[in-house]
Amino acid sequence: MKRYSVFAVAREAARYHTGWERAWKSPEPKKKYDVIIIGAGGHGLATAYYLGKNFGIRNVAILEKGWLGGGNTGRNTTIIRSNYLQDPSAAIYEKSRSLYEDLSQDLNYNIMFSPRGVMMLAQTEHEVRGYLRTAHANALQGVETRFIKPDEVKKLVPIINIDGPRYPVLGALWQPRGGTARHDAVAWGYARACSDMGMDVIQKCEVTGVRQEGGRVVGVDTNRGAIDCDKLGIVVAGHSGVLAEMAGFRLPIESVALQALVSEPIKPCMDVVVMANTVHGYMSQSDKGEMVIGGGADGYNNYTQRGSFHHIEETVRALIETFPMISRLKMLRQWGGIVDMTGDRSPILSKTPLENCFINCGWGTGGFKAIPGSGWGFAELMAKGSSPLCDEFSMFRFREGKFIDESVAAGVAH
Amino acid sequence: MLILECPYCGLHADETELAPGGEAHLKRFGPGSSDDDFEGYLFMRENPKGVHFERWRHANGCGKWFHAARDTNTLEVFGTYSAQTTEPPQDIKDKISARRPGWTWREFA
Ligand SMILES: Cc1cc2nc3c(=O)[nH]c(=O)nc-3n(C[C@H](O)[C@H](O)[C@H](O)COP(=O)(O)OP(=O)(O)OC[C@H]3O[C@@H](n4cnc5c(N)ncnc54)[C@H](O)[C@@H]3O)c2cc1C
Ligand SMILES: [Zn+2]
Repeated sequence: MKRYSVFAVAREAARYHTGWERAWKSPEPKKKYDVIIIGAGGHGLATAYYLGKNFGIRNVAILEKGWLGGGNTGRNTTIIRSNYLQDPSAAIYEKSRSLYEDLSQDLNYNIMFSPRGVMMLAQTEHEVRGYLRTAHANALQGVETRFIKPDEVKKLVPIINIDGPRYPVLGALWQPRGGTARHDAVAWGYARACSDMGMDVIQKCEVTGVRQEGGRVVGVDTNRGAIDCDKLGIVVAGHSGVLAEMAGFRLPIESVALQALVSEPIKPCMDVVVMANTVHGYMSQSDKGEMVIGGGADGYNNYTQRGSFHHIEETVRALIETFPMISRLKMLRQWGGIVDMTGDRSPILSKTPLENCFINCGWGTGGFKAIPGSGWGFAELMAKGSSPLCDEFSMFRFREGKFIDESVAAGVAH
Repeated sequence: MLILECPYCGLHADETELAPGGEAHLKRFGPGSSDDDFEGYLFMRENPKGVHFERWRHANGCGKWFHAARDTNTLEVFGTYSAQTTEPPQDIKDKISARRPGWTWREFA
């Protein structure tokens, strides 16, 4: 693989850009791999990457039924933060955030990580107390966050209306190192690095069955034939229930639609990410100038990648109160993704009842921020059978009552 | 927009009038049951891509709970029926069979 650099740009400019090579290959599936990962979203690709990089396991295929990053990874609003409440969450989300910091250099692919700061508004007394608690928890966990007062909020976000009337801004939980990144680039960067290590990233390859012998997985059936493997990683977000059924177990997960929308591009007006959990909306400004807006998830099961209009209406209605200047903006695009929700709003990175079959799912409305950390931990889990980043996130925690309750930190969908 | 007919008051209610209540026909297990049964009842869900049975409440209407049979993959509604039953009634099953031959959902088909 030729490295991307300023010299490469200059060299190619001098020869009419004829020398760029394909970023990844499009191989035919082999008969057998050491490891098969189902799902080429961020989490599946990152898992494969760290299997290769950290554990030297490179006979790996990543099977994707659609296109690279075409699931939630390419549909999310890219908020990256690690200001969760529980210790296991802080560990994996902070690992992830810190990996994002030099991911562009690591992958030699510009993922446009922008640590512009993430602010979670406190608009009720209840939220003030909640975020003060989170700020203290984060201090103990070594995650840099701070509770800031309304005047500091206003200084950081001049377009905000802090006086209410219905939901005045009483303060905010501020994570200066949080931010955003380019979602497609994260998938593409990992895919390119995986392909470069000799792994097969196979698109338009849908897994239709999981084959097992004597309680252990031996391979998968796909629309491009049967493929054998020693170990299987299921990393399919919204379709986790469907794959689990193929593998013969059930999950504590339900799949619902989550939507987002963007406005027409405008001049730079807000250089941080603002989340308003009470009113269920959040907003940031993309590099193109669009206001990127998201809100709450639907309340019922859905696989159509379309959500209900009234959620969009509620989100926008709430944000207009907080940011009056957006009331005249035209909205350009709206879309949905199918997110995999667990009862405690924490993910599952786990062994399964089927031996050598592992599952990474349940990231729900907030897993983009976790892609590097999840891949790092899940690769270790798949390679060694245990990982300090993952062990608390076992799918069996529910029966033991060992929830990792993040329903407050996850508050609004993001 | 999802529209369901409330089997009690007969209104065609759009989803802003309704509150979703999750998977229907859960078998309840309490103290004294096995860990497997208790876990299954409390946490494990069918989450099918296709035919699904759900509980809904006509929250901003008559206030009553009822059941709905839907397809989560197409958003087609097969029908709604009373909450006072442990199994979908035959006419709902027939309607589903007419549209989705060979469907299954837990032990019902
Ligand atoms: C509107 C929206 C906004 C969001 N905003 C944020 C945010 O601001 N910050 C944040 O951290 N997170 C956010 N999220 C959540 C985040 O997008 C997801 O948690 C994350 O992208 C999940 O990544 P993944 O790799 O697990 O899943 P995906 O990216 O969904 O990848 C799974 C892949 O598996 C494939 N697949 C499924 N079934 C099969 C099969 N049978 N065979 C082969 N392949 C299969 C799918 O095609 C898909 O490409 C948002 C999500 C949505 C929908
Ligand atoms: Zn009614």
